[in-house]
Amino acid sequence: MDNSLRISHEKELNLEATELRLGLPGSDEPEKRSVVRSNKRSSPEASEELECMSKGNMNSNGSDVTSDHDQDNVVPPAKAQVVGWPPIRSYRKNNLQQKKGEEGEGSGMYVKVSMAGAPYLRKIDLKVYKSYPELLKTLGNMFKCTFGEYSEREGYNGSEYAPTYEDKDGDWMLVGDVPWNMFVSSCKRLRIMKGSEAKGLGCL
Amino acid sequence: MAYTFSFPEEVLEHVFSFIESEKDRNAISLVCKSWYEIERWCRRRVFVGNCYAVSPMMVIKRFPEVRSIALKGKPHFADFNLVPEGWGGYVCPWIAAMACAFPWLEEIRLKRMVITDESLELIAKSFKNFKVLVLTSCEGFTTDGLAAIAANCRFASFIFLISQVLNLLDFNFVFELVLNKGHKFESKLCLCLVNLRELDLQESEVEDLSGHWLSHFPDSYTSLVSLNISCLGNEVSLSSLERLLGRCPNLQTLRLNRAVPLDRLPNLLRRCPQLVELGTGVYSTEMRPEVFSNLEAAFSGCKQLKSLSGFWDVLPSYLPAVYPICSRLTSLNLSYAIVQSSDLIKLISQCPSLLRLWVLDYIEDAGLYALAASCKDLRELRVFPSDPFGLEPNVALTEQGLVSVSEGCPKLQSVLYFCRQMSNAALNTIARNRPNLTRFRLCIIEPRTPDYITLEPLDSGFGAIVEHCKDLQRLSLSGLLTDRVFEYIGTYGKKLEMLSVAFAGDSDLGLHHVLSGCDNLRKLEIRDCPFGDKALLANAAKLETMRSLWMSSCSVSYGACKLLGQKMPRLNVEVIDERGPPDSRPESCPVEKLYIYRTIAGPRLDMPGFVWTMEDDSSLGLE
Repeated sequence: MDNSLRISHEKELNLEATELRLGLPGSDEPEKRSVVRSNKRSSPEASEELECMSKGNMNSNGSDVTSDHDQDNVVPPAKAQVVGWPPIRSYRKNNLQQKKGEEGEGSGMYVKVSMAGAPYLRKIDLKVYKSYPELLKTLGNMFKCTFGEYSEREGYNGSEYAPTYEDKDGDWMLVGDVPWNMFVSSCKRLRIMKGSEAKGLGCL
Repeated sequence: MAYTFSFPEEVLEHVFSFIESEKDRNAISLVCKSWYEIERWCRRRVFVGNCYAVSPMMVIKRFPEVRSIALKGKPHFADFNLVPEGWGGYVCPWIAAMACAFPWLEEIRLKRMVITDESLELIAKSFKNFKVLVLTSCEGFTTDGLAAIAANCRFASFIFLISQVLNLLDFNFVFELVLNKGHKFESKLCLCLVNLRELDLQESEVEDLSGHWLSHFPDSYTSLVSLNISCLGNEVSLSSLERLLGRCPNLQTLRLNRAVPLDRLPNLLRRCPQLVELGTGVYSTEMRPEVFSNLEAAFSGCKQLKSLSGFWDVLPSYLPAVYPICSRLTSLNLSYAIVQSSDLIKLISQCPSLLRLWVLDYIEDAGLYALAASCKDLRELRVFPSDPFGLEPNVALTEQGLVSVSEGCPKLQSVLYFCRQMSNAALNTIARNRPNLTRFRLCIIEPRTPDYITLEPLDSGFGAIVEHCKDLQRLSLSGLLTDRVFEYIGTYGKKLEMLSVAFAGDSDLGLHHVLSGCDNLRKLEIRDCPFGDKALLANAAKLETMRSLWMSSCSVSYGACKLLGQKMPRLNVEVIDERGPPDSRPESCPVEKLYIYRTIAGPRLDMPGFVWTMEDDSSLGLE
């Protein structure tokens, strides 16, 4: 097709309005931004923006996200995800351990850790760990305590402390009952309880 | 001097009975009218690649003695959420028709179809000799339907492959029915549950976590051949499982779920040392020497083990426990295992018999180099992305890994490779190294990525692939590509049957090259390419020689779709558009999605509100 004809034909078709692009709505640059990775979590406003963009319609009237931020706390805006790309089946996506949390495309899944009697809380990034043993080792080091052996029936019976967590429903659960991946995606915060406190939290 | 020479029908039928492949059967039926007649009466297996290409009545009329049927519904891109919910693929009319016509039906295999509880109940009631039900990536039913199958069928073999949301409580119920109703399973019972989405299991309030359904296998039941629970999110009762395994000497396949702890694995393995295929549960626990040696010994005891999978949450120090059996392994699926490259190298270097490897990109180039050095029999490699939505590479996996494998593995035929950079030079090398490739699917994660060295399009690289790999049947493209690559594909891709294209091309010329050049093309799926009306209309006749064409987010206008539909009565031209009726927009406006397939059944009657079939000039095609 002759180039000039094609251009005017395309204008007529108003392809831009229906075009699926990778850039933010309102920006003309469809290519990937070069972003600075920051370890800081995105602010709540940004999270919301990111969530709508990645869920919904690419032609929505979202304003440019970065302008909402303080420049010192810039978090790379998520590339709005294209539907069905990369071509991975949902089952496989759900099984990837590094599935991003609901906070959006921030890096790290930081949760607060408290311990009975400790004067202040700590924070750890759950995504750094691949399994319960790793996590418990770190917690043990951080709080100078031991957890003893985990068993289905008895929990952490016999140890001074037991690791517990608050899940998405607001319930306090014993760490270790559910598969790791399930734990990471449902854990909101951790708490190291005294063994005696945790007795009632044995698994079902 | 003329003579007639014919075998009695019975002889021909007997001869035909040795021909199983559909293609051959179809060829036989074209020889002459009498062969057509004889063949159709003795065809037992039918495969319908597109359930809308033909009507149930037509199949029944032509092949009255079918025992096994396979049907596919939704287009392949439905796997990636590109086909809106409710599009179609309903199996109900098929089941209803077959219930009357095929009382001796034994097998039904469905892929990407919608099947309701009513249909399942009908299956259960109608087929006295029913043996095999396989549902892959299907939806639309609940455990009520499964329960009906379980309760009413006197199965000799019973296979489930399920890929949708079902909560565990329901499964308990189903299996109670299956196992508790005094059925005598005379020969083999195969239970495979795959692809349950863990997310949805979590969301349901599951009361029963002990997985007691396993204990409902009656003590007298000894016929289990295959048990695959790899995708169940919750625990199962291990003691029940152990007892079950212990009394089933024919068990060949056992795929456990993540919830089975590693320290219980040796006991399970000891109960079934004849296993051929094993999927482990979680592959980590506290590092204890006695657990390790126990595990190692248990693996050593499995002398027939050829295939391993599972390996969730791997603790690398436990990997050496499988070393004793590595030399026999032909298939290794580590695609859910988060294992660093160095540990993978140690494992893979001990597997000289490996034919198939599925792995995450944690294997990195170094690991693939080791693979190439150790596994000279490798036929198939799939490398999946560990962080597909990350903005930057998280692993040292580049095109070099694939190049190494192409150099070192002379029998490599099938490749699926996710990566972040590629070059024409690498593709060229791969093509020259491996002209025997039959399946080549490359996914460069960022759309429109150019050759990272020259910044040029990857046209010549993929061109080399199609030019040198003369038997290439399946190809998936990615990266920055112009119309040029399609010219190469059209010129050289003579055996190509399936092509997947995304974010590629400049103009209609690209599509034209493919449609006019690829003689054996059956399935073409395209998304986000600037292909419009011209190529489609110019190659309308070609579309009747293919199974289907999918185009989404391209530039095909509504007007062109109408024209195509009018002129080609044996095509269904479906416009899928969730913005509302295409009539409400100018004819030149491009449609969202387009699905064109050949059919002798006319337009389908079960379309949802966002699908329109373009009518043809002649009278409405009726079934």
